Amino acid sequence: MNVSTMNANSITDVITEKKEEAKNNVVLEIKDLKIAYSGELAVKGVSLSFLKNEITAIIGPSGCGKSTMLRCLNRMNDFILGCTVEGGVLYHGVDLYGQDVDPVEVRRKIGMVFQKPNPFPKSIFDNVAWGPLINGFKGDIHALVEKSLQSAALWNEVKDRLGNSAMALSGGQQQRLCIARTLAMEPEVILMDEPCSALDPVSTAHIEDLMFELKKDYTLVIVTHNMQQASRASRYTAFMESGNLIEFGETKNIFTNPKEKRTEDYVTGRFG
Amino acid sequence: MISPDLSRRYFKAKLFRVFCMSVSWMGVLILGVLLYHVCREGLPWLDMQFLEDFPSRFPKKAGINSALFGTLWLISFTALFSVPIGIGAGVYLEEFETKNAFSRFVDLNISNLAGVPSIVYGMLGMVIFVRFFGLEESVLAGAMTMSLLILPVIIISTREALRAVPGTIRQAAFALGATRWQTVYAHVLPQAFPGILTGIILALSRAIGETAPLIMIGALTYVAFVPEGPMDEFTALPIQIFNWASRPQQEFHELAAAGILVLLAVLLLMNSIAVIIRHRLENKNQ
Repeated sequence: MNVSTMNANSITDVITEKKEEAKNNVVLEIKDLKIAYSGELAVKGVSLSFLKNEITAIIGPSGCGKSTMLRCLNRMNDFILGCTVEGGVLYHGVDLYGQDVDPVEVRRKIGMVFQKPNPFPKSIFDNVAWGPLINGFKGDIHALVEKSLQSAALWNEVKDRLGNSAMALSGGQQQRLCIARTLAMEPEVILMDEPCSALDPVSTAHIEDLMFELKKDYTLVIVTHNMQQASRASRYTAFMESGNLIEFGETKNIFTNPKEKRTEDYVTGRFG
Repeated sequence: MISPDLSRRYFKAKLFRVFCMSVSWMGVLILGVLLYHVCREGLPWLDMQFLEDFPSRFPKKAGINSALFGTLWLISFTALFSVPIGIGAGVYLEEFETKNAFSRFVDLNISNLAGVPSIVYGMLGMVIFVRFFGLEESVLAGAMTMSLLILPVIIISTREALRAVPGTIRQAAFALGATRWQTVYAHVLPQAFPGILTGIILALSRAIGETAPLIMIGALTYVAFVPEGPMDEFTALPIQIFNWASRPQQEFHELAAAGILVLLAVLLLMNSIAVIIRHRLENKNQ
């Protein structure tokens, strides 16, 4: 804070500055988002903001539209036949569904990790290096692969066998490889669609630790079925039900002091 | 009430197993009988002289040289035309095309084309390639006709192979900012390739045994020279075999059997090459 804010109007100034700051921290914002599959609404008008360097969890019963919404954030819904999107998805204020937006460009900036580990049936090295290389990476690819694998906490386990097939890794290792692969693209946002649902508790703990590390440099949005995971890992939580956003707020409030009855029922396990 | 009548259920299971086993052995048995007959008649005639000589009206002097090389020429050119076009069309239809009423119409037509009798393709080839384009009774006209015949098979099997590649691989690639072409080229095609190769081999095996369209476009039954270029006239193994088999003398029937053995050998060779390539690719993918 500089000297000019120390004058008589300082409090007002500070407040506006804080507001301004919060606004700048919004990386992704969705406004009245409606997503339909062949005309049938799966997401019925949701508005939400995702803040920089925070983990936001989206929870809700199966079929509530949370994965659909997540896929919309980097235009992975484009590949689903009959999927239509209305409303806005703003990335730093730019509508991702705008006319002149290239979806390939979007996905470079907003990476995604899927429910089931899906490494390419190639070597560990190639899995990580492929994304940057096809996107015109120039520089030391070996250094980038090492850095990405280290950030994904996988380096020590695989450094002696980078040439081996990724399919020989365990499920948890494969998922971390998929995260490393995403990190190698140096995205700003990482979307995770139930990243631990196919993993055992030890691997899940690995990935959760990793998420804490990652939020220093990335903005994370995770969809999860696992209530504990949402409460442990995330700063903000959105609760969805049958295509509607029921409640959004700080995770501790959602889990300990929810405003909505339905949220309470869900997080305490009385429903869903 | 659940009745644990296990012996009855096991009996049914066993019955079904025996049924499946007997029908699969039936195929082997029929092939065995066929091979036995062909070998018994043909093997005595099969020697270098048979491979090196041209057809003759004296059975002792008759050989299969021109037909063998005609078939090799024909099948090489057929592969040259049909493989790139077939794979290209399959990839387009499966990976790039937007699904709508028109695409469904195209799909339906390709499936139907795969079932059109080969003689119809022969007529088409005669009218278009032989007469309209003036290619006459050349290897080129034959190969183009054969390509038309097997293209639907290659396209369909290419699409099946592409469809068998899990969608998660495509999603993974797209999520890394890959374009559709990068995704298809780097991940989908390599994984689908063994399946595509199988389709190609099946299609070429069909082409190598086809006689009707070749006769239709006017491939000769008596050729005493080896084609030296794509514009030369030619004959092919099945035509030669048919020609010998339709003569009254027993010796020519035995020559036909020897010709069948040569045809089977070529087929087996093609299949083995494909199996080796496929095996290598699968190892590389793993």
